Amino acid sequence: MKPEDFDFISKLINEQSGLVLTRDKAYLLESRLMPVARKRGLNGLEDLIAGMRARVDKELTQEVMEAMTTNESFFFRDIKPFEIFRENILPHLLQSRADKKSFRIWCAAASSGQEPYSLAIILNEEASKLAGWRTEIVGTDISVDILNKAKAGLYSQFEVQRGLPIQLLLKYFTKQGDMWQANSKIASMVQYKEYNLLDSLLPLGKFDVVFCRNVLIYFDQKNKTKVLEGISTLLPDDGVLFMGGAETVLGISDKFKPVSGQRGVYSLTRNG
Amino acid sequence: MKTCLIVDDSKVIRMVARKILQELEFETIEAADGKIALEACQSKMPEAVLLDWNMPVMSGIEFLREMRALPGGDAPVVVFCTTENDIEHIQEAIEAGANEYIMKPFDSEIIQVKFAQVGLL
Ligand SMILES: C[S@@+](CC[C@H](N)C(=O)[O-])C[C@H]1O[C@@H](n2cnc3c(N)ncnc32)[C@H](O)[C@@H]1O
Repeated sequence: MKPEDFDFISKLINEQSGLVLTRDKAYLLESRLMPVARKRGLNGLEDLIAGMRARVDKELTQEVMEAMTTNESFFFRDIKPFEIFRENILPHLLQSRADKKSFRIWCAAASSGQEPYSLAIILNEEASKLAGWRTEIVGTDISVDILNKAKAGLYSQFEVQRGLPIQLLLKYFTKQGDMWQANSKIASMVQYKEYNLLDSLLPLGKFDVVFCRNVLIYFDQKNKTKVLEGISTLLPDDGVLFMGGAETVLGISDKFKPVSGQRGVYSLTRNG
Repeated sequence: MKTCLIVDDSKVIRMVARKILQELEFETIEAADGKIALEACQSKMPEAVLLDWNMPVMSGIEFLREMRALPGGDAPVVVFCTTENDIEHIQEAIEAGANEYIMKPFDSEIIQVKFAQVGLL
């Protein structure tokens, strides 16, 4: 791939999604875009890129961008954050929201749904404490394809074995041939929506807890800051943010600070 | 160092499992069927058992029931590792006292995740 073609595509992807592609990822770009070109009956990447330079094709841009996202996810990824949610955050919500009996959780990069379904499982396991409560889990992602997988709730044997304890698999999934299907107990608790984190977040409404895990790691500093500031405006003073194991707010946004003793959890600085 | 008893009639599977478990810092012992495994448990209970289902002489599920009935037999953490992947088998295993269940094919990551879930790592 010609360097100027690489720069053209990486700039486009960065503008559209925030994802950063450095030159050493040229091989990745080539291997992921070849199928996109083939699907359109084009000879190769040159034709694809020439077409994209010639005119704005929203559909193609979306396809190219989706091809470049990393969608990997597991149930109860890293375990600990989900334990913290269950043992610390949920009890706080139950107490502090007791008058209105409702709260909302947002999975900002829901990918194929493992994260929102893990949270739905936790809420189900604690259902006795949540009787009469209205809880909402909203899962958003920029990729339409991956959201379709999340909505279908259909996972391979390999996927369900990465993180889902066997008892929970039996309780919340049914077997469909070689695949496992999330049952209505958890599927009905999650709403999925296509959403770009670079857009204004305000239309999503307010949330009490935000999971924004393993997505900002692919963004540049400017966009990381922008998204974190945006999230901070959706949270009440005692709201919490979960980030991925290799992510941090330090040096990126002063709206959040790490919660001591709870790795990956951040609270608002305006809350003192 | 914790000990893990690997019970599988396939030598190749035992070898693959042994390598993975040794990397996770387990001491390993091996048995080719449930009966040999039971004898191993009678002389010394391991901390963990990685257990196949279908084996000659004594199956994994029979072994599990008999082991749980032995003195100290409630202690080992038992992780099934089998090609049986239907709900009935999984349920039967849990009722017999299995702590986790791996559906073959497995890899080191699945073993690691499952062992961590049941507190072995
Ligand atoms: C690695 S997955 C993270 C999944 C899950 N949160 C986890 O931690 O396992 C990253 C997801 O971020 C999504 N993504 C990338 N850029 C995005 C953007 N600008 N807006 C929304 N989602 C985006 C990708 O489509 C991908 O599904």
